[in-house]
Formats: sequence, C-alpha cells, structure tokens
Amino acid sequence: MSAVAVEVEAPTMPEVHYLNADYGWRSWLFTTDHKRIAWLYLFAITGFFAVGGLMATLMRLNLVEPTGALMEPASYNKLFTAHGLIMIFFFLAPSIPTVLGNFLIPIMIGARDVAFPKLNLLSWYIFMLAGSVFMFSVIRGGVDTGWTLYTPLSTTYANGNVLSAAVGIFISGFSSILTGLNFMVTIHKMRAPRMTWFRLPLFIWALYATSVIFVLAMPVIAITLALIALERIFHVGIFDPALGGDPILFQHLFWFFGHPEVYILILPSMGVVSELVAAGCRKRVFGYSFVAFSSVSIAAISFMVWGHHMFLTGQSVYAGFVFSALSFAVAIPSAIKVFNWTATMHKASVSYDTPMLYAIGFIGLFTIGGLTGLFLASLGTDVHLHDTYFVVAHFHYVMVGGAIMGYLGGMHLWWPKMTGKLYPEAWARFACLLVFAGFNLTFGPQFILGYLGMPRRYAVYPAEFQVLNVMSSAGASILALGYLIPLIYFTWSAFKGPVAGPNPWGAKGLEWTIPSPPPTNNFDETPVVEEAYAYGPEEAHVG
Amino acid sequence: MYGFPLQPEQASTLSVEMDYLYYFLTALTIFFAGLIFATVFYFAIKYRRRDKDEVPPQYEGNLKLELTWTIIPSLICVLIFVWSAHVFMRASTPPPSATEIFVVGKQWMWKVQHPEGPREINTLHVPVHEPIKLTMTSEDVIHDFGVPAFRMKRDVVPGMYSTEWFEATKTGEFHLFCDQFCGMGHSHMVGTIVVLSHEDYARWLASQLNAKPMSVTGERLFGQLGCNECHTPEGKPGVPPLQGLYGTDVKLQNGKTVTADDAYLRESILGPEAIVGYPPNMPTYQGQMNEEEVLQLIAYIKSFGPPGERKATKQ
Repeated sequence: MSAVAVEVEAPTMPEVHYLNADYGWRSWLFTTDHKRIAWLYLFAITGFFAVGGLMATLMRLNLVEPTGALMEPASYNKLFTAHGLIMIFFFLAPSIPTVLGNFLIPIMIGARDVAFPKLNLLSWYIFMLAGSVFMFSVIRGGVDTGWTLYTPLSTTYANGNVLSAAVGIFISGFSSILTGLNFMVTIHKMRAPRMTWFRLPLFIWALYATSVIFVLAMPVIAITLALIALERIFHVGIFDPALGGDPILFQHLFWFFGHPEVYILILPSMGVVSELVAAGCRKRVFGYSFVAFSSVSIAAISFMVWGHHMFLTGQSVYAGFVFSALSFAVAIPSAIKVFNWTATMHKASVSYDTPMLYAIGFIGLFTIGGLTGLFLASLGTDVHLHDTYFVVAHFHYVMVGGAIMGYLGGMHLWWPKMTGKLYPEAWARFACLLVFAGFNLTFGPQFILGYLGMPRRYAVYPAEFQVLNVMSSAGASILALGYLIPLIYFTWSAFKGPVAGPNPWGAKGLEWTIPSPPPTNNFDETPVVEEAYAYGPEEAHVG
Repeated sequence: MYGFPLQPEQASTLSVEMDYLYYFLTALTIFFAGLIFATVFYFAIKYRRRDKDEVPPQYEGNLKLELTWTIIPSLICVLIFVWSAHVFMRASTPPPSATEIFVVGKQWMWKVQHPEGPREINTLHVPVHEPIKLTMTSEDVIHDFGVPAFRMKRDVVPGMYSTEWFEATKTGEFHLFCDQFCGMGHSHMVGTIVVLSHEDYARWLASQLNAKPMSVTGERLFGQLGCNECHTPEGKPGVPPLQGLYGTDVKLQNGKTVTADDAYLRESILGPEAIVGYPPNMPTYQGQMNEEEVLQLIAYIKSFGPPGERKATKQ
C-alpha cells in the first residue's frame, strides 16, 4: 500500500473522522463505534483511578506517623478496602482491555468494529451502573473488610456496607464477561483475509487470553458474592462456623477467581509491552510464538495456583507442595516474555521516545515484581512474608509497576492514533522518569518493611518501622505528580497538540496504515495481511 | 533513632534456616534483575536509533536460546521448591516433645492459657531453648498469630484448631502481630512474646498465684455443665466412656475411623450429632461455652490419661 510516501508530506488529519463524524451527547452516549466506546471507558476509569489514587495518598499520609497522622483505624480500614476494590475492579481490570482493547482490537485485525457493537455499549452501561452502586456504598460509609472480603468477617462481623459493595462488584463482573465474550468472538470471526493466528499482533494474543479468563473467572466471584449475600441476609450457614459453615471454603472460591484475576490485570499490559518494544525497536518481537503461547499458558496455569494464597490457613502441607510447585510453573512463561523482549532489543533501532521508555520501565519493574513472587511461591519464606508489606510491595510492582506502566506506555504509543495529535515529548519523558523513580521509592522500602515483619493493613504500627514508611510516603507524592502530569498534557494535546499524521513512529501494524484519527469505518477497503511486524526492507514483504 | 535494620532479629531455631533460603532468593533476584537491567541498558545504548528512518535487520527467534531460558529458570525453580518445601515441612511439624500452650484469638486480643494454669492477654511467657507448640483457635473471625523474630506465622481460624511451633534461641521481648485483617482493631491486636531463661520462667510460673491447671478448671466445668450426669466413671449404656478416650481410634457412623484428638473432642462437644458413632442423645454445647472453656474441658478429658490406663485423675 502507500507506506513509501509517509515521510515526505507534512502530517495531515482527515477532514472527517470518528471523532467529528457526529456531534452531540447522544452521538456519544448511544454510540456503537468501538472507538468512541473506548473513550467512554477512558473517562470512566480515569475518574476511578483518581479516586483510588486519592485514597492511596491519604493512606500514605496517615502512615507517616506510627500512631496514624490523619485518621482513626476505622477510617483507614475503609480506605484500603475501597482503594483495593476500586483499583482492581474499576480501574486495572477494565483499563487496557476496555480502552486500548476496544479501540485497537478491530483495527489491528482489520475489522470495522467488534462482533457485537451494541453489546459493547451495554457493557459500558453495566460497568457504570456497577461503579455507581459501588461508589454509593463508599459514600454511605464504606466497607471495612479488605478487598478480599474474608469470611466470617464479611458475612457476620463487619458493620459496613458489605452488601451494596458486593452488589457493585457482582454487576461489574457481567460487564467484564460481556466484554470478554465480545473480544473472543471478534478475534475468532472477524480477522482480515489472510490474517492467520500467527500473524496477529501479540497484543491480540494477550487480550484473547485475558478474555478467556474474564469469561471463566468472573462467574466464580459472582457466585461467591451471592453466597456472601445469602449468609449475611438469611443466615444460611455457608462460611461462618457458628452457623455450621466453613470460612476456608470462601478463600478457595475467592482465590480460584482471585488469582486468575491477577493475570487479567497484567496480561493485557504484557501485550501492550510487546507492541511498545516492536514499535520502539522497529523490529519483529523475538520469539513471536513463544511470547504468544506464554500468554495462553499463563492464562491456563493461573487457574491452578489459588492455594498459594492459603499456605497458612491450615491447608494440608501436601496441598501446599502442589500449589507451590504450580506457582513456580506460572513464573516460567513470564520469565520467557521478559527474556524475549530483551532479546528483541538486540541489534535493533532503539528509540528513546516515551512509549519505549515505559516499555523499558515495565521490563525492569515487572522483573522485580516477578522475582519477588518467588519468595511468596516458596513455602519456606512465605511463612514469614505472608500478609506483610513484602506482599504489598510485590503485587504493587506487578500491578502498578507492571500493569500501569504498560497502560501508560500504550496510551502514549496510541494517543496520536486516538486523537490525531502529538503530546509534548519532553514533558512525557519527564513524567515517565518521575513515575519510575517515585514508584521505586514508594514500594522498594516496603520489601524491607515486610521482611522486618510489618503486617499489611495496619493503621498504626510500632515506631521502629517509621523511617521506611516515611520514605515510602515521600515516594508516593512523587508518583502522584508523575501521574498528574500526563493527565494535563494529554488534555492539552487533545485540543492544541500538533497534528500527528497516520504513523508518527514509523511503526508497522494495520492501525498505522489508516489515518489518525481513523474514519468511523476504520478501513476504506478490507486490508490483506501477509505478516505481523513487517519491518525490514519493503521488498522482502511484497509477496 | 532506630538505626536502619535490614533484617528482623533471629530468635528461633527456624529463623536461621528460613533466612538462608531468603538470602539465596535475594541473591537470585539481584542476579537476574541485574542481568536483565544490564542487558537492556547495554542494548538501549549500543543499538540506539541513530537515524530517523533507520530500520534494523530482521530475524526470527532462536530455538536454542528459547530452550535455554526456559530450562535454566525451571531447574532453579525446582531447587527452590525442594529447599523451601523442606523448610516448610519443618515449620509445620512440631516436635513430639514440645510443650503445648493454648491460644484463643478474639476481636481484638490474644488470650493465652498455659496448661499449668496461668492465663495471659496479649503476652506470652515462654522458656528459652524449649520447643513450644501453640494450639490456636478463634472466637470470631480469622486472625493470624505471627512473630517475625521467630519467622513464625499461622492463621487462627474459627471452628478449627491450627498449630504452630517454635524454639526460642534467645531471651528478650519480641513482637506478636495479628497478620490477618480482622476488623476495626486489627492493628491494635499486637502483643509481646517474653522469652525467659529456665529459672526466670519457673519463677514466673510460681508467681501466678491464682492459677489452677487447665484440667482442674475443666473438671469444674464438667460438673457445671452437667457433663458428669451421663459421662460417669462407671459408664452408662449408649454413652461413650471418656476414660482413656484421648488418642484412641474412634469408629464413626459413616464407617471411617478417626483419632480422638483435640479437634475431634471439640467437635464432639460443640456439635455431637455431627460425628460420633453413638445415638445422638447429647445436646450441643455450641454457643454455651467459649473456646477457652472448650480447651479446658479437653484438658480435663486428656488428664484421664493415655489409653489403657483407665483412671480418673483427682488431686
């Protein structure tokens, strides 16, 4: 096609594109265009991220002093509960799939839209309903059970608004299931001619694996929450031993959902990083099929490791052995990904643009997050580290250092495609650096805190832990600034940014062959795909 | 101020073993993270984009490399697994000679009973160089009895007994934390483990003047709750004899055989219809006694002596 002429002409924007094809609030709230729905999600999850982030800030402020600088333990408990639930169910889980996934999946596979555009819009409404119900429970006074909702605390002893919070999460599950179904059908049935599975961008593989987990894991949490409601309202003895139930049963159900959920959060980000590395190196991802299959095997094994959250519950030692071994097994595909991304940089053309900086940041932080997971999969050390700040640090390295770095990197790579505008590169690099530094200062000291024995979810703590806590809180303020700056320059860029042109990065992939912003129908003519990541001399690919 | 420690005190036999594993994992983390960082930075600098339109040479993956970085990490994982499983097995198996102490968690305090009688709240006095086994349960929600200096931690779950053990290697006072979120007062559910020399411990025990052994308190309960009306020393038809029961094998209605241990006795007292191979004549005591009292009753039943020695202790 017309790849040759890209560099010569000044970047242009099409007269009519999906953003200005129609006006008025109806054209947005009743849209079935996957690209506009992506924006609806973007606004929603940015709001949730701001609320969850504000809560984290308040928590870190409170922990500056051992006796609690700001609030009573009761309020602190509600804060970390809401922080966890909002960040997991209303920001991280939807972030990459519903924003970047919605925008990119049809374009990357050469389709006009997702398979069920109306269902896609319905998913957003369900998500908003879920979010509203959940926020209602927070405003009414919140929940103080921790995001894990362990029984019998959540069913019998907690006074908070457990039910309304549970209803919110219950509803959000349906949004995720519908999104997952939609993506799976889209990827199966709507690929462009000659786009075989092994010509798919790795982002698609990752989101496919994620969608499978959505569809399989979300029903489990829905059922579990329904059981909590049964016990709380009707006192049916399911989890509370005083009623004849088994509190550990809840943990089995919860983590059977919960651990796959963790991979819902990180897999999409891994998919994004594969794209960032390819675009930032102008190179086909090293070991494509290994990276693709590692996503699938992570999704599969993720359903068999839930017991590693329960080593200390009195579960049999031998069950512990099995879950420990399987947890090590899930580490291997993650390691394979990291090695392959690194190898992609070999003899590449490595750009220092913001998306690649985020990719490098991701590789670094995810490596630490993954390796510290070994301490927790390992039975012997888990006895000491379980439920301490070591766990907090570990999963924030994976979820914030990993998932959010990937999300931000993806937003920077595809922002010009979504808006047709460029963002200020210098500010973006600066913010990326702040995020990286602030993140490490926030969560690095928490590894040491955890090894020293500081339990998680403590509103007050012994004075000897103060120095490390102050460091962590200082880091959090830098991190907050690092997240605020992109919000400002993206907003600026959307209105005043310079025109980006169809392919500002010189990247390959169907999304870079169409104008920025794309037309409502994405493609004027159906594209034909011969290769994924068709970098290299043009002649080699013209078949 | 408090200095900058990187490691909690090592105050138990297990803490040393666990720390070796921890050091190994830390070294492994530093090595692999360093390897990745160094490679990424080296490639990023050496192969930086020098020209706006530069397109590097393309090549596919490399099967040998893929296999190498799949197999080597897998082998390392096997090593860690075996090592850590070994440490965990040790941590989960109290030595038979261990002295038993009983812990009941409740929102938001730790209640401790020594078999000799002393009872404590949020404090646990133990002798140094002696294996101690804690038998624990909860009155309400799930708690977790964790002592960082001993590298010891175990959930304390309502409705069941969990156990953990330690052997302190130095005297002093150590933090006790509740590590499982248990509601509003979670971060106040902390306490102190006081490790004393043998002489000091004996002195401390002797100073607990009002303390009666758990089995004696249990015997009083046995009368108060009317247990003795059916469970007479002579035995009644349809009533299982308690003398010599503890530690024996009991046949259940479903044909299975279980050992009459603490958990069996607890369940038989609180929900007798659930388990025993006898006609369900006994009322349930669920809700009529707290977990500490259940432990005292069990101590009394245990005091009847091991199987074979059919005698009721009196003092």
